[in-house]
Amino acid sequence: MAYSEKVIDHYSNPKNVGTLDKASKNVGTGLVGAPECGDVMRLQIEVDDATGIIKDAKFKTFGCGSAIASSSLATEWLKGKSIDVAATIDNMDIVEELNLPPVKIHCSVLAEDAIKAAINDYRKKNGLEELLFEEKGVH
Amino acid sequence: MLKLPVYLDNNATTPMDPRVLETMIPYFTEHFGNAASRNHPFGWEAEEAVDYAREQVAKLIGADPKEIIFTSGATEGDNLGIKGVYEMYAQKGNHIITANTEHKAVLDTCKHIEKLGGEVTYLSVQEDGLIDLKELEAAIKPTTILVAIMYANNEIGVIQPVKEIAAIAKKHGVLFFSDATQAVGKIPVDVIQDGIDLMTFTGHKMYGPKGIGALYVRRKNPRVKVTAQMDGGGHERGMRSGTLNVPGIVGFGKACELCRLEMAQDTERISKLRDKLETALLKLDEAYVNGNREHRLPHVSNISFKYVEGEGLLMGFNKNIALSSGSACTSASLEPSYVLKALGLGDDLAHSSLRFGLSRFTTEEQIDFTVEQISTTVLKLREMSPLWEMFKEGIDMNNIEWAHH
Repeated sequence: MAYSEKVIDHYSNPKNVGTLDKASKNVGTGLVGAPECGDVMRLQIEVDDATGIIKDAKFKTFGCGSAIASSSLATEWLKGKSIDVAATIDNMDIVEELNLPPVKIHCSVLAEDAIKAAINDYRKKNGLEELLFEEKGVH
Repeated sequence: MLKLPVYLDNNATTPMDPRVLETMIPYFTEHFGNAASRNHPFGWEAEEAVDYAREQVAKLIGADPKEIIFTSGATEGDNLGIKGVYEMYAQKGNHIITANTEHKAVLDTCKHIEKLGGEVTYLSVQEDGLIDLKELEAAIKPTTILVAIMYANNEIGVIQPVKEIAAIAKKHGVLFFSDATQAVGKIPVDVIQDGIDLMTFTGHKMYGPKGIGALYVRRKNPRVKVTAQMDGGGHERGMRSGTLNVPGIVGFGKACELCRLEMAQDTERISKLRDKLETALLKLDEAYVNGNREHRLPHVSNISFKYVEGEGLLMGFNKNIALSSGSACTSASLEPSYVLKALGLGDDLAHSSLRFGLSRFTTEEQIDFTVEQISTTVLKLREMSPLWEMFKEGIDMNNIEWAHH
């Protein structure tokens, strides 16, 4: 299978690889996927308490090139967005941006799940109600 | 000089040896006759060439030329050998014993036989990929007609105890079929010494052309027969109809001859390269060889690099190195290698595996390059892997509730 230029670029030069302090109150962590499935994504956001803006985002991913690219792209998109806007990122936006083939759509779903899990982790830590998200049927 | 790209997927197919091609060429144009044309020189030439090739093929495996049935390849040989015995020996019984690490051509043929009303026992293998001989013997019943166990595995290269299997089958009056696709031409295979009754193998895994293979069918002690699976002109002693692929057969014969003459020196050189590759890659932390390392083909290695996903790993160098992975993502099915799972490997390790298959044409420079590329990529991806981070922090990943998707 040939990868798109954008996937190759994110794979070769991934953006925002790293770890934020998950104990910190303004850091939200989302860990999704499973080793047995061949994909695990950990996505973290650091939120400015006053403005609700995502100041920083980091990821680490165990998975194929498309999974790495999806999470790398997600961290880029998250930075500078308010958490409310971040919650509206749709997996199909990632599919479109990276030209993912049908067999790799699950990578984008995983990235969307990771974003939502990170947002909810942040909300939970800060005494906010967790957002309810519609289940994606693509898994 | 380093020649790129490096091809290390020789269990999938090998390049053809130029000497093989050279032998084949006249049989496409000048000597194009049908080997079954008995009444003119074109037919005679073709028949003579086929006879000669049949001897070359037979000699490589210690068989009589009359025991060689040319097929289109190993898959056809698996089908003809197994279904052919099932039909021919229907009066004796309907039970077949095989193993769960067999090639799909054997497993799916067995599934087909189950649909026809046959009974199949799928032996599980031990952690090292070898079958348990006691389990095999215990599985034999009065209705058993065939034991179908491969010579060497295509993913991990593990060589089954063929002689012992043959002895058990013989003791119980059961036929022994072996898919020897990965073994023939690479290690000494002798159907008499090994006690094999039926055996399939193919040209393109041993530097010969694609689309040509053979089924060995024993003629003495016992005389074995298979029911033809294709009806027609009654070629190949009535067991496999269809005009003979003369150029393919000529090339296959030449490939067999070259393997017979050069096997010892090839093996010595290739196994050294394989060992060099393996030793260097095992210097990486958390890298493990899959399958028995002693009873193994000299040109094969299967290694799992824990906490790195196979397809992601391949992507780091697949412009320059051709390899395959047991990772789910490399196949359309999204299921990781069933062979590695059969060894008891967790899905995570199966997802993290690479299969190396070296060849006659692999060079030391290519191996050095491969080691360097893979090591760099593994280290880079581990820096990016949340699992590696957890491992380094001493977190037990079995205690995490993963969201299975």
